[in-house]
Amino acid sequence: MPIFFETRQIVTPGDLIAEGEYVAGENTYKENEKIYASRLGLVETENKKVSVVALKAFYIPKAGDIVIGTVAEVGFNGWTVDINAPYPAILRAGDVLSRPFRPQKDDLSQVLDMGDLIVAKVASYDRTHDPQLTVGEPGLGKITRGQILRITPTKIPRVIGRKGSMISMIKQETGCNIILGLNGVILITGKTLESEQLAVMAIHKIDEESHTSGLTDRVTQMLKEEKAKMEENKNE
Amino acid sequence: MSSVITKVKQKQIAQLIEKGKRLDGRELTDYREITIEQGIIERAEGSARVLLGKTEVLAGTKVELGEPFSDTPNEGVLTVNAELVPLASPTFEPGPPDENSIELARIVDRGIRESKAIDTEKLCIEPGKKVFVIFVDVYVLNHDGNLIDASALAATAALLNTKMSKYQIEEGEVKLTSGYTQLPVKKHPITVTFAKIGNKLVVDPWLEEEQVMDARISMAIDDDGNICAIQKGGSGYFTPEQIQEAAKTAKEKAKQLRKKLGW
Amino acid sequence: MNDKPEKLIDKKGVRLDGRKPDELRPIKIDVGVLSNADGSAYIEQGKNKILAAAYGPREVHPKHLSLQDRMLLRCRYHMAPFSVQERKSPAPSRREVELSKVIRESLEPSIFMEYYPRTALDVFVEVLQADGGTRCASITAAALAIADAGIPMRDIVVACAAGKVEDTVVLDLMDEEDKLGSADVPLALMPNLNAVTLLQMDGILTLEEFEQAVSLAIGGCKKISAIQKESLKAKYIDVKEVEE
Repeated sequence: MPIFFETRQIVTPGDLIAEGEYVAGENTYKENEKIYASRLGLVETENKKVSVVALKAFYIPKAGDIVIGTVAEVGFNGWTVDINAPYPAILRAGDVLSRPFRPQKDDLSQVLDMGDLIVAKVASYDRTHDPQLTVGEPGLGKITRGQILRITPTKIPRVIGRKGSMISMIKQETGCNIILGLNGVILITGKTLESEQLAVMAIHKIDEESHTSGLTDRVTQMLKEEKAKMEENKNE
Repeated sequence: MSSVITKVKQKQIAQLIEKGKRLDGRELTDYREITIEQGIIERAEGSARVLLGKTEVLAGTKVELGEPFSDTPNEGVLTVNAELVPLASPTFEPGPPDENSIELARIVDRGIRESKAIDTEKLCIEPGKKVFVIFVDVYVLNHDGNLIDASALAATAALLNTKMSKYQIEEGEVKLTSGYTQLPVKKHPITVTFAKIGNKLVVDPWLEEEQVMDARISMAIDDDGNICAIQKGGSGYFTPEQIQEAAKTAKEKAKQLRKKLGW
Repeated sequence: MNDKPEKLIDKKGVRLDGRKPDELRPIKIDVGVLSNADGSAYIEQGKNKILAAAYGPREVHPKHLSLQDRMLLRCRYHMAPFSVQERKSPAPSRREVELSKVIRESLEPSIFMEYYPRTALDVFVEVLQADGGTRCASITAAALAIADAGIPMRDIVVACAAGKVEDTVVLDLMDEEDKLGSADVPLALMPNLNAVTLLQMDGILTLEEFEQAVSLAIGGCKKISAIQKESLKAKYIDVKEVEE
């Protein structure tokens, strides 16, 4: 039962990855006992499951996901939020306001206006409806400061790292608070602009080199070097 | 009347075809009944009405004088247009030609043009200045499937029916003379359309078969059995073997039809 | 006015541009060339210069065109006014309308349309310079733009034309061969599934010549497919090599 590619080899849509009794994992499809790639990415095998870690993909909402979005429209009983997905997300007024909602009296733009950034959770989503958001949990709500970064959503796991190793390292080295939206949007809040810049640099590096190995070490190295440079500049 | 076909019927059609039969009793390579009437619109220089099963297409030709194209100064002009008029189907909407009517017109045009059915040099009156311009307008009156073959037949039949006035050059001017001449039509291209349903190819799909098919392919065959135009349509695909099968069958069916029509 | 060449192909089988009957024109492809589009690709094939972009999946506008159970694929093939010898009006011609349709129908079988209901995938092809075989080069580039956008596909569609010039069946017609030759057969293929998604023909061919042309075109497609895959992987392979 052959597999035609090694782990972490790059495949393109239509490439025949495996033949025989395998299970088609993410970004692959099965036809006539053959498993083909459906996206450009790196081959990954786990027992009988063959998948492809996509190098580039767009975000499709899943209930429970934490996302960062921009308010696109203020409606009469809620807001439409752009969460960088093919579907606009809805945040209902009743979810945000702690008291009963009065459409005639309440002006929603006073609460959240067009252009505001929010951290929210996807409450529900299925094929027939647009995703519904909620901000009714601690840590969710309007964002008032920090820097926003966008990367392709498939790379978020790489930013997190194995058991959170990468993200904890970055938080430690830069002293920043970082919220990772599964929709590819990242919020960085640090004590200083420089510390936020460090975190941005680290994430850009991960974005560009996500398909290589030994990345955590290289990013750690880079952060240490940049911090040293900054110290030097300060002392001059 | 709804234009959506029920899943039950879709399944029925597909299952029958798998066994080599069709819902209306035809063999996979049979055409529906064809009737062609010519000369029914007197104001047109030529006309023909084709009934292919319940699909009805009317084609009319108008002959006018015009200028030749700059790169073919000795040749007349042939232009084919098709209209999917709203009365023909609940799915046709009024408005300018959409991609379906444009594609239909161009497929019909290719069959006629590439087979060299009309010797366009014979349409030249004064080289570089005056030529005959033949307008072929295909009018779909009822859509019950396979508009392509019906339209191609109607267009060819209308051309065969076309009479043109006679002109001659007198003292440097183009003047109308008496009498009429038949448009010189040398070839009789016939277009055969297949629908792919499951893994089978059926000739002359009717409307419900078209709603079930995943792709279609049309082939225009000239009097000598050569292929002169092909168009694959629909969002499905064909294997190379199916394409060759279609080509062989199209050649046979065109021959049969040509004999039947006396072309 | 250009003079018509004496012969399109000489006794030794050498064509106007020096090629043999079964030779492709030089091809160069770059993927990910536009920053705004979700996916993009640029192709040069002979003197053809064509840019393709994909936007999607995205919300459908106007809303009433949205499909409940699948993505809507829209395609626009358009030629720049300066792309051809005699200036072409920017308004869509009937030919462009037909080509937009057949190009869409050549790409659709390769895309998992059912995965993203109520969305649209808009594909735009702009022919910046035309040299025969634009619809095939357009499909080759458009399929890459769609793959570059991260849209799941069964295969990357590739296209190539064959035809007949004087008495020889040849591969990948250039402009003069297209205009003065006796047949043109554009074909698009999903190479891994051996599925023909575009097939057109105009001219006159016997059944045998047609069979030859189809097989030649399929061979050409497979060669171009290898170039497509390399160009899609290109920016990732570079970085990987730098690291090693």
